[in-house]
Amino acid sequence: MDSRYEVVIGLEVHVQLTTKSKIFCGCSTAFGQAPNSQTCPVCLGLPGALPVLNRQVVEDAIKTGLATNCRIAPRSIFARKNYFYPDLPKGYQISQFELPICEHGWLEIETEEHGQKKVGITRIHMEEDAGKLLHADGNSSSVDLNRACTPLLEVVSEPDMRSADEAIAYLKQLHPIVVYLGVCDGNLEEGSFRCDANVSVRPWGQQEFGTRAEVKNLNSFRFIKQAIEYEVERQIEVIDDGGRVVQETRLFDADSGVTRSMRGKEEAHDYRYFPDPDLVPLVVSDAWVERVRGTLPELPAAKRQRYQGELGLAAYDAGVISAERPVAEYFEALVALHNHPKTCANWVMGELLRALNENGIGIADCPVTPKLLAGVLQRIEDNTISGKIAKTVFEEIWQTGKTADQVIEEKGLKQMTDTGAIEVIVAEVIAANPGQVAEYQAGKEKLMGFFVGQVMKASKGKANPGLVNQLLKKKLSE
Amino acid sequence: MKISREEVEHVARLARLALEPTELDELTGQLDAILGYVDKLNELDTEDVEPTAHAVPMENAFREDQVQASIGIERALQNAPSTAGSCYQVPKVIE
Repeated sequence: MDSRYEVVIGLEVHVQLTTKSKIFCGCSTAFGQAPNSQTCPVCLGLPGALPVLNRQVVEDAIKTGLATNCRIAPRSIFARKNYFYPDLPKGYQISQFELPICEHGWLEIETEEHGQKKVGITRIHMEEDAGKLLHADGNSSSVDLNRACTPLLEVVSEPDMRSADEAIAYLKQLHPIVVYLGVCDGNLEEGSFRCDANVSVRPWGQQEFGTRAEVKNLNSFRFIKQAIEYEVERQIEVIDDGGRVVQETRLFDADSGVTRSMRGKEEAHDYRYFPDPDLVPLVVSDAWVERVRGTLPELPAAKRQRYQGELGLAAYDAGVISAERPVAEYFEALVALHNHPKTCANWVMGELLRALNENGIGIADCPVTPKLLAGVLQRIEDNTISGKIAKTVFEEIWQTGKTADQVIEEKGLKQMTDTGAIEVIVAEVIAANPGQVAEYQAGKEKLMGFFVGQVMKASKGKANPGLVNQLLKKKLSE
Repeated sequence: MKISREEVEHVARLARLALEPTELDELTGQLDAILGYVDKLNELDTEDVEPTAHAVPMENAFREDQVQASIGIERALQNAPSTAGSCYQVPKVIE
């Protein structure tokens, strides 16, 4: 990063809501259906059709506002944002302009470079999505209006971020929140969580902001970072060459890693907003806000703190486990059955997530339930099996769905805790390796690992490692 | 003048209206008269009046989040000048 300039970033995130029906009509919001099969006079923008607001959208907006420390407006109104584009059948988008439903929020972020800081949230408003333009073939484009009128929340941040890393940190706070709340499925590739970045640079110490460019088409955290970093370099180059940054919309091209000017949309910035006469004002009572507040789940930041404070997890582990609600819920169910949080965390982050990744399935479909895993951990705890054998047991449960006790019994994996039996093996190992014994006794204590390995191997991993160590030490010092 | 001919031209372009020079002159005059009337209203003291967003004294008209049947692809497309598969077909959009 060029040390002569300060980077200023504000983010606009479009959060697609998980409602069953659209924001202003009863058409389904299901993804991947035949083009235009989910349309009606309202979302097609036919004359005379009237929009009626989906109550759930308001609930979701209030939830999101509360979770991001916003003030919920007692009264808000809908406005028409006027522009022409083939994916917008009415010639205007119903959105909120003056009087959005949420304002003045913030999220706390943390980066290695800058530590903790608050990023302001200017506003959150409700709006409808546009339709979809399909690949142009020859001289025409195709329009699918299934997505038209799908409910969105637009979360607008203050220009408070000073690096691409801070922008990513902010998004990584916001993303799990909307997923935890259940208002968004969080799928970046399918466009359920879309981000536009307003990027500008200014010489250090300058008060006013530089001219910003708005970068669109950012559908992964990696692309967002790439696009911002590219855009910062581009703007500095323009300034260094004696030019001026132009206020414009730029599209990020993931293949080449550059941003390109989207000419032609510039004029469209004159949106002529006015209150939509088809929709009456929205009034949200204190009682409504308080009722919604009562339904909020424990959010990731609070969970992370609790995992560190009450359960004694390391900061990193608490962060990983709280990042996704289903993982956190699995972990909590496991701890409820086996009250050793650190062991539970190690297994969830280790074996469990590894196996889920390898098999490409989500934790909701995990064949090893918290109850089955707790069964394994209890058998480690009471010394029936070693941690190593436990991994074999875990694999077997994954394949068969049997309980830990069944697997241990059937496969004969019970740990050898019979001192006599282990002593026999120890004696055999010592007899078979006279050279190493001599070296060990001459002071090469590192060889203890070798002996333990030999005994474990001979016992097929079933000998209790603690006992093996103890007996080996005793025998070798005789 | 409350509005210039250039402003009328700009607004017409945003609304995709192709106006003849004579129409521009005529509309500029008419819009000027309308804005003049709005100015007249501005003479009223509205200090304690909340901005009106809607003409009807009503609030909170909701529907529940329930899926209702759509009208079907055939009816959705029946007025389209041009279709491709079950899509509307429009002149190529270049981004």
